[in-house]
Amino acid sequence: MWNYLKEIFSGGYSLLVGMWITLRHTFRRPVTVQYPYESLKMPARYRGHIQLVFDAATGQPKCVACMACARACPSNCISLEGHKPEGATRRVVSKYTLDFTSCSLCGLCVESCSFDALEFSKDYNLAATKKDEYVMDLMKQAQGKQEK
Amino acid sequence: MSIEAQTLHRETFILNLGPQHPATHGVLRIKLTLDGEYIEDAEPVIGYGHRMHEKMGENRTYAKFLPNTGRMDYVAAMFNTHGYVCAVERLAGITVPERAEFIRVITAELNRVASHLLWVGAFLIDLGGFTPLLYTFDDREQILDLLEAVTGARLTFCYYRFGGVCNDIDDDFIAGTRKFIAHLRSRMPMYHALITKNIIFRRRCEGIGPISAENCRKYGATGPVIRGSGVAYDVRKAEPYSIYPRLDFNVPVYGQGDCMARYLVRMDEIVESLRIVEQALDRLPGGPVMAEKVPRILKPPKGDCYFNVESARGSFGVRVVSDGTDKAYRMKLRSPCFSNLSLFQECSRGMLLADALALLGTLDLVIPDIDR
Repeated sequence: MWNYLKEIFSGGYSLLVGMWITLRHTFRRPVTVQYPYESLKMPARYRGHIQLVFDAATGQPKCVACMACARACPSNCISLEGHKPEGATRRVVSKYTLDFTSCSLCGLCVESCSFDALEFSKDYNLAATKKDEYVMDLMKQAQGKQEK
Repeated sequence: MSIEAQTLHRETFILNLGPQHPATHGVLRIKLTLDGEYIEDAEPVIGYGHRMHEKMGENRTYAKFLPNTGRMDYVAAMFNTHGYVCAVERLAGITVPERAEFIRVITAELNRVASHLLWVGAFLIDLGGFTPLLYTFDDREQILDLLEAVTGARLTFCYYRFGGVCNDIDDDFIAGTRKFIAHLRSRMPMYHALITKNIIFRRRCEGIGPISAENCRKYGATGPVIRGSGVAYDVRKAEPYSIYPRLDFNVPVYGQGDCMARYLVRMDEIVESLRIVEQALDRLPGGPVMAEKVPRILKPPKGDCYFNVESARGSFGVRVVSDGTDKAYRMKLRSPCFSNLSLFQECSRGMLLADALALLGTLDLVIPDIDR
């Protein structure tokens, strides 16, 4: 009988302790942000989708279309074309397409690039209504950004 | 007993638990044969999340398989990558710089803490308590923020490389980790007051779902499950790898074998992991984080290698057989969750359905890790 009562009291007390902890947390500042109105800044190493890096001096992509990124990609989602203009010393990229539907954001393409011609985008709002919107033409995207 | 009761037909019925059920934490289906509220048989049906990871490891180059490793046990992705890179490094004879080994241990142990915190929250939801999940996720989020700043991703880290790690850690990470260790240590008494001492939690866990050490051995269960049954088996102590032999840490063991024991093992492991991280940060040497002269297309010599690491859920093993080409001839991934689930059929027999869900919760299953 004594043990029974003791158990009720100790059990009840443990519940009160839990409620007291929850009550204290009620008055703490929230740790979340109200997403559509506020958003977090992505860290410098955040791996978004890739984008081309432009040479500030010439205004042209640094990419020389060596295909190292396409070969390093585990999901074969990079396809690119390049040509060598007459009189130029190196090849230039003419078409760079990323199929984002199969990209797993592993970053092996950026690592494989010996010319620092690829970087990660910090954009994470990538919702789309059509599948075609995820087949990204990186040349167009980068040019659009430059014009801005 | 009257004649009528003796001849009464005992009726059992079959209940499908899952594949979409909150308590199965993913696409696990359990075919339960119930006699009223009591379980007569529980047959796990797996394979809904099968993605052929082993086969994928055999038809792509070694480096291209790295992103896959983070997608098996995505709650503790560091360990899978750790096991894989260590196996390939041993096969190819690559020596990892000391700083990289320290960084690997620091990030892996932080990942273990994050995984256990997630487990505590999810397990409490299985038992019907919602609030602790919010507190554990608050703490876990801080670890993910730290790891995201270093690795670039929050879950599928893909951070380790053959011969080291891809990015060095900076002073911000070290300061942030030290701050987090102090913070989580100050939170542990709160967790114990809120959860461990709670009478409802104790009643749902103490003496519920006992797993004997013999059953653990029979089915190959490892990790907190076997340590909750009184066997001090930890790969970090049994087959030491990386820099673990140089660090001072204990392996928490509880002998009761019930849900409470497995819960306490994990809570103690959080504290021990924090100790490991602290020691590794104190002794962190300088130097490079990548071995020199690791070829871009790795072609390990002919050979066979099995490497075991202690993941958050138990022993995760990788067997790589190389035939000298740039792709593995055979890749075998031993996932801890598969073995831990295997004992469920035998151990849940005769249990109440609600108690069996508590037992299932304490096995800490990640379904894509079972299915691979």
